[in-house]
Amino acid sequence: MNYKSDVMSTGTVTTPVKTKAPGEGLFSAKNRKLIYDPLNDNNPITVQVLGICSALAVTVKMKPSIVMAISVVVVCACSNLIISMIRNSIPNRVRIIVQLTVVAGMVIIVDQFLKAFVFDVSKQLSVFVGLIITNCIIMGRLEAYAMSNKPWPSFLDGIGNGLGYGLILIIVSIVRELFGSGELMGTRIIPESVYDMGYFNNSLVIMPPMALIIVGVIIWIQRSRNRKLIESK
Amino acid sequence: MHKDSNKATLLFSSGMVVVIAIMLSVTAIALAPYQAKNIRIEKMRNILTSVSIDAKFKDAENLFEKYIVKQVVLNNKGEEVSGSTTAFDIDLKKEMDKAKTGNQDKQLFPLFVCRKEGKSLYIIPVRGKGLWGPIWGYIAVEGDMNTVYGVSLGHKSETPGLGAEIETEKFQDEFTGKKIFDESGKFVSVKVIKGGTDPSNPHGVDAVSGATVTSDGVTEMFERTLGNYIPYFKKSKQ
Repeated sequence: MNYKSDVMSTGTVTTPVKTKAPGEGLFSAKNRKLIYDPLNDNNPITVQVLGICSALAVTVKMKPSIVMAISVVVVCACSNLIISMIRNSIPNRVRIIVQLTVVAGMVIIVDQFLKAFVFDVSKQLSVFVGLIITNCIIMGRLEAYAMSNKPWPSFLDGIGNGLGYGLILIIVSIVRELFGSGELMGTRIIPESVYDMGYFNNSLVIMPPMALIIVGVIIWIQRSRNRKLIESK
Repeated sequence: MHKDSNKATLLFSSGMVVVIAIMLSVTAIALAPYQAKNIRIEKMRNILTSVSIDAKFKDAENLFEKYIVKQVVLNNKGEEVSGSTTAFDIDLKKEMDKAKTGNQDKQLFPLFVCRKEGKSLYIIPVRGKGLWGPIWGYIAVEGDMNTVYGVSLGHKSETPGLGAEIETEKFQDEFTGKKIFDESGKFVSVKVIKGGTDPSNPHGVDAVSGATVTSDGVTEMFERTLGNYIPYFKKSKQ
């Protein structure tokens, strides 16, 4: 189903781009759909179930999750853009290696920036920034979308998918930080008086398995509200 | 020339590698000063952690100025050396390498003197090998040059959940109050003991289960590095 929907969305988007009338807006309905779609109907985490590993690892606190989300948006959008620009000259036999090299280059650049400007967060994220390279969302978008579409729609597609990933990351991290440490962005939310009344931080929420459970709950809620996602028997 | 021909594939690949390499080097060089500054601040924070001062990233520099009253450079006889480098700028790895090439008499050992709550604490940087990469840290001893006031440990790439646990407060707190000399004044260092040890053991702490190599690395690191300071300890023992 996922595969099908991918092909479908690729198909519906490429046709109008080719026959695009001169002067069609940069944010036409089709282009806007590239950003909205991954946020809900085609979310990389909850619908395509990609990129779960890093979603479990970095969502204990909100701050690293936000930084991770931004990093993935930047890497996904830029590598989509670059691959799309050179898509017609990439030799078919080495295309995966070319994609990988571009993604790896982008990730290293992002990592260098994090080390220079948000050092403490970069330390918390440690290897997971490097592991963006192996995030299947990015390679998936390059292969499924950027290789066959023009630069601008590809760029938007990258932003959309990065945001779709980041959105889930941030939701999970809000739940985990709030119930795991009683804080949000490092500021205490649950007042001391509640603790005095016998409330405890739930340490299970800090553990990686809980992130999986939260993602599961998000998938459940999303499917119960979004009829399109329910498979026909 | 068709884009899928061998020649085009080769040309494209080599061209791409060069372009990416240039991009990476430009970024690395441009950001190096910012990163170097962060690493300095991080080092100050680690030093302060060993004396239980929790410095935030922003005020680490000020707190370092306030608490670290003196930086000392020692030679292998325990004498203070007044040279051009400060203790902070000594590259411990280079100094350790000198021992391997038989240049022990040229080795320099950094020491930081901290003044906290009316007590003088002596902070010693240590460096050793873990399972996957280097481990390092700072150990603070009290004025008797024997009792451990606190340690802070770091690592490059130990296994999360196993070796990486040396970075946790739980493990590091075990070191507080341990002794590095036994009653007769013999140097024994503090050992990380596999299988657990009685908390009253003055020279041993409980190892992290499943992290044998890292634990042995920590033991070796303290033993070897502190060993270099014995002449100084003996001289300045009150």
